[in-house]
Amino acid sequence: MTDLLAARSQMAVSLGFHIIFAMVGIAMPVLMVVAERRWQRSGDRIYLELAHRWAKGTAILFAVGAVSGTVLSFELGLLWPTFMEHAGAIIGMPFSLEGFAFFTEAVFLGVYLYGWDRISPRAHLAAGWAVVVSGVLSGVFVVVANAWMNAPTGFRWVDGRAVDIDPIAAMMNPAAFPQVLHMTLAAYAATGLVVAGIHAWPLLRQPRNAFHRRALSVALLIGAPAAVLQPISGDLSARFVAHWQPAKLAAMEGQFRTERGAPLRVGGWPDEAAGKTRYAIEIPYGLSLLAFMDPNAEVKGLEAFPREHWPPVAIVHAAFQVMVGLGTFMALVSAVALWLMWRRRDLPQHRCLLRALVVAAPMGFICTEAGWIVTEVGRQPWIVYRVMKTADAVTPMPGLIVPFLVFTALYCALGVVVAWLLYQQVLRSPQMSEEDAG
Amino acid sequence: MIGDFGPAEIVAGIALVALNAYALLGGADFGGGVWDLLASGPRRRAQRALVAEAIGPIWEANHVWLILVIVLLFTCFPVAFARLSVMLHIPLSLMLIGIVLRGSAFTFRSHYGPSHGEEHGEASAVSERWGRVFAIASAGTPVLLGLCVGALAAGALGTPGRAGFRETFVVPWLTPFGIGVGLLTLTLFAFLAAVYLTLEAREPALREDFRRRALGAAAAVFVAASGTLGLALLGAPLMGRGLSTAPWAPALHLATGTSAVTAIWALWRRRYRVARVAAAAQVSLILWGWALAQYPYLIPPDLTIRAAAAPRITLVLVLWALALGALVLFPSLIYLFRVFKRQAGSA
Repeated sequence: MTDLLAARSQMAVSLGFHIIFAMVGIAMPVLMVVAERRWQRSGDRIYLELAHRWAKGTAILFAVGAVSGTVLSFELGLLWPTFMEHAGAIIGMPFSLEGFAFFTEAVFLGVYLYGWDRISPRAHLAAGWAVVVSGVLSGVFVVVANAWMNAPTGFRWVDGRAVDIDPIAAMMNPAAFPQVLHMTLAAYAATGLVVAGIHAWPLLRQPRNAFHRRALSVALLIGAPAAVLQPISGDLSARFVAHWQPAKLAAMEGQFRTERGAPLRVGGWPDEAAGKTRYAIEIPYGLSLLAFMDPNAEVKGLEAFPREHWPPVAIVHAAFQVMVGLGTFMALVSAVALWLMWRRRDLPQHRCLLRALVVAAPMGFICTEAGWIVTEVGRQPWIVYRVMKTADAVTPMPGLIVPFLVFTALYCALGVVVAWLLYQQVLRSPQMSEEDAG
Repeated sequence: MIGDFGPAEIVAGIALVALNAYALLGGADFGGGVWDLLASGPRRRAQRALVAEAIGPIWEANHVWLILVIVLLFTCFPVAFARLSVMLHIPLSLMLIGIVLRGSAFTFRSHYGPSHGEEHGEASAVSERWGRVFAIASAGTPVLLGLCVGALAAGALGTPGRAGFRETFVVPWLTPFGIGVGLLTLTLFAFLAAVYLTLEAREPALREDFRRRALGAAAAVFVAASGTLGLALLGAPLMGRGLSTAPWAPALHLATGTSAVTAIWALWRRRYRVARVAAAAQVSLILWGWALAQYPYLIPPDLTIRAAAAPRITLVLVLWALALGALVLFPSLIYLFRVFKRQAGSA
């Protein structure tokens, strides 16, 4: 393993690990606040139990998210010092703002978790809302910084250094809005549906369990609308990519030749050596239509770019197919659930839907990981698109396989412990009937 | 020297204030872990419970000060950030492992509490094991932080040449002076924690436990500080010169010495609130002494604050962001500490 590959792998593991905790840290507080609000309004103690459990889950996940986020802020320099040397002044601004959002989140989460008996119910709920708002803002600022790597604006690159720096223009880069929207919806969809799936499972056996019924209703309220909206935001993102990063689009779609009326490929395996994508189902004109809203629009294929500027095509294409496929399933299941809720049907009676929710439970996180593979691997070989190559940004430190293996082992161990703890403390089914609500 | 003061110096000063806050708040949380590790006697359990109760609601907020320092460093002094992260790759990575283990283990332990599980014995055994991880990581992390500071203060992080692996990535930080600063950091954090805990304890016997520990830690600080000063004169000429011959040096030593003596006197006389102020002043003065001794260098011996600074527009925008952020942050922090530390403060 080369040092560059080790550094990339360590970054991928660190981001892939952190993102799950960050997403839950963004969305879980909404669930807990909604449950608390329902308890305050109705006096239904099952909602209080839910708020307590979800708060406990948030506490565990937020703590691991906070420390793994710290690791990332250091790793930007430990692994990519040359990148930070040049990019820090341009794109540090959203990180500074994120610092304050994260500060606020940590403060009010502390107040929320430990303040049940110390402050008034109203203040307690307000602290929860402060966590919700600052959590979203933290995510927004970090994604803005990542978006800049895809659409670097706010400077001119002259003789290997940035001049005429404008940090505000860098924040307003054209990738920022589509990426922020897509990521925020992903956090709500993935978290909402994983919680919904976890509570749908026991409802299959005991459809009258009041605890799981309430949990399911809150989880779907947050997750389902986001999952339904996500394909629309995905379309917006894809159109950004089509316009700004045509090589990434070509890799996502397995499009090797430049052509008018390009088909949309579902599945298939891109063969880089042969320069074609095999075994795909092709929908005629689909790609031209989706990317440019014109069935005869020209789509640039990978052949339009020098070979050394291609991202790893097979990985990007496969990850994109996984994301779109699973995301579509999540959107459909969510649409059915929302329709049934709107018609005031009793969801736990629909065993088919419950089963689909169980199946969909892990999909949001798989989609997110796949989506980040599309964004990050699809940007290769660039760390700052068309400005700086990843290979030129890596640290001169040798033996990077050692920290890669150490951090991977550490994160695997933490992942197992967190999963076990969540099962023990948050998910294990209490026996609760409607009488416990009083 | 002070006359030439621009936005770069202001941001550097704010970063130092943030580092100071991290030392006083986050540092004490690490120190709490040290006292968990060293818990002993008949009130061993009560000591650990007090530490957990004291840091539980606030450690995550306190931890963010470190993130603020790092963000300010890479936004406003990106060249310095790049060089530090290359040359201190090994101790910084180890420190991160410590930070991850400390935070995770503390949270895991809190949520394995015997009150939650039905299997009483098993749950508390697991909880105890996480407590060990938390305590050991709490004691190790400050040493690694100190090693990094020591390498910086010693002026060992000049431009990396073409020297070998050991000369570039190990020798600069693994020095007697660096180890001295590491141990000094550890003793200072433990001292702070013990002093704060005298105010958190409600039970007189428990308060006495931490009073004795604070006095012991004060002695350890004295040993570590004098040792480090001696090593500075030998191994860190810049620091040694600054701390011995600069015009402000006598005043600094006098002030630091006074706060140290005041802290010990106050602990002796059980004037815990005075002790808290004096201990915080002592730690802050040591930190500012280091900063003054290496001013105007951000990374001695060659990179000044001015030379490492980002373009002016970045610095000015960050100053605005800091001002706006402070408007949100300080009321929030005051609220946090009022909710959880009011009883403690008035004890």
